[in-house]
This record gives sequence, structure tokens and C-alpha cells, in this order.
Amino acid sequence: MPTYWKVRPYVLTGGRTRTRQHLLVHTLVSVPYYDAVFASGLLPETRFLYEQARRTRSVAELSAVCGMSLGVTRVVVDDLAATDRLRVHSDQYASPFDYRLLERLRDGLRQLV
Amino acid sequence: MASGSLSDNPLLTSAKVVIAGGFGVGKTTCVRSISEIPPINTEAWMTAASEPVDRLDPGIDKTTTTVAMDFGRLTIDQDLVLYLFGTPGQPRFWPMWDDLCRGAVGALVLADTRHLEGSFPAVNYFEHDIDLPFVVCVNLFDGVLTHPLDDVRAALALSADVPLTACDARDPASVARALLVAVEHTMARTGGRAALASDPRQSHQWRQHA
Repeated sequence: MPTYWKVRPYVLTGGRTRTRQHLLVHTLVSVPYYDAVFASGLLPETRFLYEQARRTRSVAELSAVCGMSLGVTRVVVDDLAATDRLRVHSDQYASPFDYRLLERLRDGLRQLV
Repeated sequence: MASGSLSDNPLLTSAKVVIAGGFGVGKTTCVRSISEIPPINTEAWMTAASEPVDRLDPGIDKTTTTVAMDFGRLTIDQDLVLYLFGTPGQPRFWPMWDDLCRGAVGALVLADTRHLEGSFPAVNYFEHDIDLPFVVCVNLFDGVLTHPLDDVRAALALSADVPLTACDARDPASVARALLVAVEHTMARTGGRAALASDPRQSHQWRQHA
């Protein structure tokens, strides 16, 4: 299922390893509105990622379905997000230790016990 | 609740719990039993860290290798999903553990009483190398606890403030219970800090309760 490299990673990243924003492995990404014309102008690997993100997915899931390493996935996601082609879901909580978040997780898990 | 794909809600947000422990301790089983999607195993990281260890042949110019991780997903609510990430086993991949643990709610370190030493590095990592609340969970391989938890605590030299529990990694309810222990431990450990970040009054209330 995963596609493998047709081009070297630096073709996609231009040698960059850093991103403008912090993209964690579980950060959610989605396409706000899909633009087929825009997609047709992308490199095949970038285009595949753009298409896969039409369904909301985490950075790690995108890395897996696209057969790209996490580092490259982050740079490609970041580039597409910089022009608003991808939506990086912002954290709704101040921190992972936000008490409201923890309470919701606790209540959700209790229903499974 | 369980579904293949996530909703299109732009406010959908995610949280993460890290599942750690030695090789063969049941991390993947644990993720599989509770995940609503088949666990995704992916060679996510490219690294040069293994170069001196994994050198195949002096003639072969192999400077990078891939490190696998696996993860699963659990929908908590319409706007909240919980990801479970299993750590890559070998200690030499610890830079990836840092990456994995960033932004996590907590960690669950699985232990197998038949080879407890396999989980020493993970316990050591969470005790000393990173500021993330963690709990230790004995995986009951045949559904039975072969050693009293107090003995396991002593063998792991686990400090008294780290919760120790047990679960059957094959049983979703049992895994949910272990994750619950982890979340509640994070609440107890960070309640003041976290509330402070969002609402100072809450932290005041929490201190009164504590």
C-alpha cells in the first residue's frame, strides 16, 4: 500500500529539516477545500500526501500512508500549510496537561472499562 | 464510536499516550486491542544512529537506517481523539523517544515479569531523562499475576509515587483501565501546573482539594 521513493527526499524538502510550526506525530492535518488543479501541479509525492489529507489524519498516519519518513512528511505538510492548502488543527487546550483535556480523556476511557 | 476515518470537524483535536517497554512485552498487542483502526506499523524515522552498530560491510556505504514505530487511535468524542504510540524498542533509538513523547499526556511502561530487565531502560528513561508522568503496568501474559506487585515494584526499584498496575494486553477493557490509571496519574501529578496554564482559579481549587 505505501508508495516508495521515486525521487530523493531532498527534492521534496530542498534540504530543509525544520518547520515553521511544531508538528507533533499526533498533530491532525486536513485539506480545507480540495483543489484538483492545484493538485495536478504538485510533485507526485506531495500530491499523494495532499490527496490523503482530504481525510483528517495525523502527521504519523500521513507519513505511514505516503511511505515518507516523518522528517520529510513534516516539511511537506508545513509547506502546504504555509499557503493554506492544508489545515493544521490547532490545539484546543493550553497544554497536554490541561485539566479539562485530562478530565475528558478520563471520562472517555471510563466508558470503555 | 469506532470508525475508519475521522470526522471533518476543523476543531477536531488530538492527544497522545506513549506505550513503552522492552522488546516483546506486548506493546503492539496493547495498541491493537483498543485501537479502532488496525495498528499502523511504519518505518518512520531515518537515522544515522545505527551506523556503527549495523554496519553491514565496509564496502557498503550505508549511513542511514529506518526505525519502526506502531500506533493506534481511539475516538474519545466528536472533537477529541486519543493516539497510542508504541516506542521503538532498542535503547539506541532514544532520540526518537524524545520526539514521540513531546506533547504526550503520559506514558504507560509495560513490563513482563518473565524478563523484567527488558523494561529497565524504559523505566530509567522516564525517571531520569524526560519530564513526563508515567505508570508501570505488568502485562499478564496468561491472565494471571505471577508475582505480587510489591515484589515487582522492588525489582524495578520503582519509587513510591509511580503507580504500578497490571493489565491483560489482549483485553480492551483491561487496557482502557491501565490507560485510565495513566491519565489519572497525570492529573494528580500536574493538576496545579496545568490549571495554572489555563485558569489560575482552578489551580487554587485543586490545591485546596489536595
